[in-house]
Amino acid sequence: MKDQRTLTEQLDSIDEYEREPVPENKTKNFRSFVSMMAGEHIAGTEFVIGPLFVLHGVSASAIMIGLLLGNILATLSWTLVCAPVAVKTRLTIYYQLEKICGYRLVSIYNAINGLQYTVLAASMIAVSATAIGLAFRLPMPGLTDLYPTSFAWIIAVLGIGAVITVVTIYGYDRVAAFSAVCAPWMPLVFLAAAVAVLPQLGVTSWGDFWAVANDKIWTGVPQPGQTHYTVWHVMFFAWLCNIAMHIGLADMSIYRYAKKPTYGIASAVGMFVGHGMAWLASGVLCALAIQQGNNNPSPGGIAYASAGLAGAACVVIAGWTTANPTLYRAGLAMKGIAPHLKRWKITFWVGIMATIMACFPGVASKLDQMLAFYALVAAPVGAIIIMDVYVLRRFGLMTNYAEQTGISFNWVAAGAWLIAVLISYVLYLMTNADFFFFMAAPGWIIGAILYVGLSKMFQKAPTPEVIA
Amino acid sequence: MKTILKPLSYIGLALTVVPAFLVFYGVLSLADHKLLMLAGMLLWFVTAPFWILEKKVD
Repeated sequence: MKDQRTLTEQLDSIDEYEREPVPENKTKNFRSFVSMMAGEHIAGTEFVIGPLFVLHGVSASAIMIGLLLGNILATLSWTLVCAPVAVKTRLTIYYQLEKICGYRLVSIYNAINGLQYTVLAASMIAVSATAIGLAFRLPMPGLTDLYPTSFAWIIAVLGIGAVITVVTIYGYDRVAAFSAVCAPWMPLVFLAAAVAVLPQLGVTSWGDFWAVANDKIWTGVPQPGQTHYTVWHVMFFAWLCNIAMHIGLADMSIYRYAKKPTYGIASAVGMFVGHGMAWLASGVLCALAIQQGNNNPSPGGIAYASAGLAGAACVVIAGWTTANPTLYRAGLAMKGIAPHLKRWKITFWVGIMATIMACFPGVASKLDQMLAFYALVAAPVGAIIIMDVYVLRRFGLMTNYAEQTGISFNWVAAGAWLIAVLISYVLYLMTNADFFFFMAAPGWIIGAILYVGLSKMFQKAPTPEVIA
Repeated sequence: MKTILKPLSYIGLALTVVPAFLVFYGVLSLADHKLLMLAGMLLWFVTAPFWILEKKVD
């Protein structure tokens, strides 16, 4: 009993600055961000996305050019958009948004965001559990299963979910420490797994690689039942699969700890290693599985086949290091709804919710649809914050309108957000785009224009104190 | 202690990636590569946390 109280007191004392700026003496160095971004973007889901491009018939030149351009754009989005505003305000996106939108409106955003992060964390836990099942020869669900298929599967999910939740509860420092240990090892496993199986695809010298890449890996011909992806699909996916985090500004919660805005460039490690090399490597592994007659490979399966127990462990750990910051963000989002509760208690319940969701393998198989919905909702919100922090004053308008006027629901921000989401969805339908990510960037721009325009139309005249 | 642990950690990383290239050049079998990767993983996770986390605390 005494020990329990001690633990509770210890957890209560962890201060994560949810409702105040991060003080200068608590900022982290560049190396922390490199390991954090590397850990987060070298995830178990890379074993899903790389094969996706192979199955959708991306050509070799399309994947190389698309990944290069998309990852450059993603890095620039963190460096030029997310990190500068995070360092300028040193606040979480949730608290900054509350100042702009008011408590009631931001509660809606927090609920949607927290739920999405929880589902995302659940998918990471599910991918990790798949690898555990394979390594120990436990019966596990296939990629098309939606419901739990065995008791052993549930046990594996519960075990992984418990570990991830405990690590996340201890806060950012523990999350960063866990990522720091795993970060140098994980990309080497992806690289080694792909290099080791190249001879089985017919690559016996480096000179053979490009010809085999075109003929057997990224053939340009989709598998039966799959749509055809071009260089544009690859580029927009690489750029915008994390739109909520960079130009949607969710990573303000992480980058508020940066000493300088230039630390945004640390995202390049996550992009070019995790969303570059790892996607290419897992594509190679998928192509081998297809060559061997398996048209529906699982993440754990391709990792185990090429790298043994280390490969299976990599899928598990890659899932952990992504689920940790994702659960951390979910906890912060829910904290916005219930500021009186301790973050660790919220994270505990969010972790339990994610673990229960992960028992249903459908959370992983429907990941792409969830990411698309996430992009739709999050993009205009980032635009509203950027306009509020950098642009409104130039038009003589009030920033942090809800805080300044004491309102709990900013109808201007709500209108800009909702109309931007609706217009981008209508554009998606009208242009018959086969890829929702094509509409995410327009959604951001529409949200920005609407927010400034509606603020100009409906904001009350600023007081002299506000202008000063 | 750190002077012993750090080289061991790097050997762990080397055991993770070098065998794959030996498989590629036909020097090593895929089964041996998997075993060496497992050894590399164990070596890394047994040694690296001590000096990586110590550096973070500093």
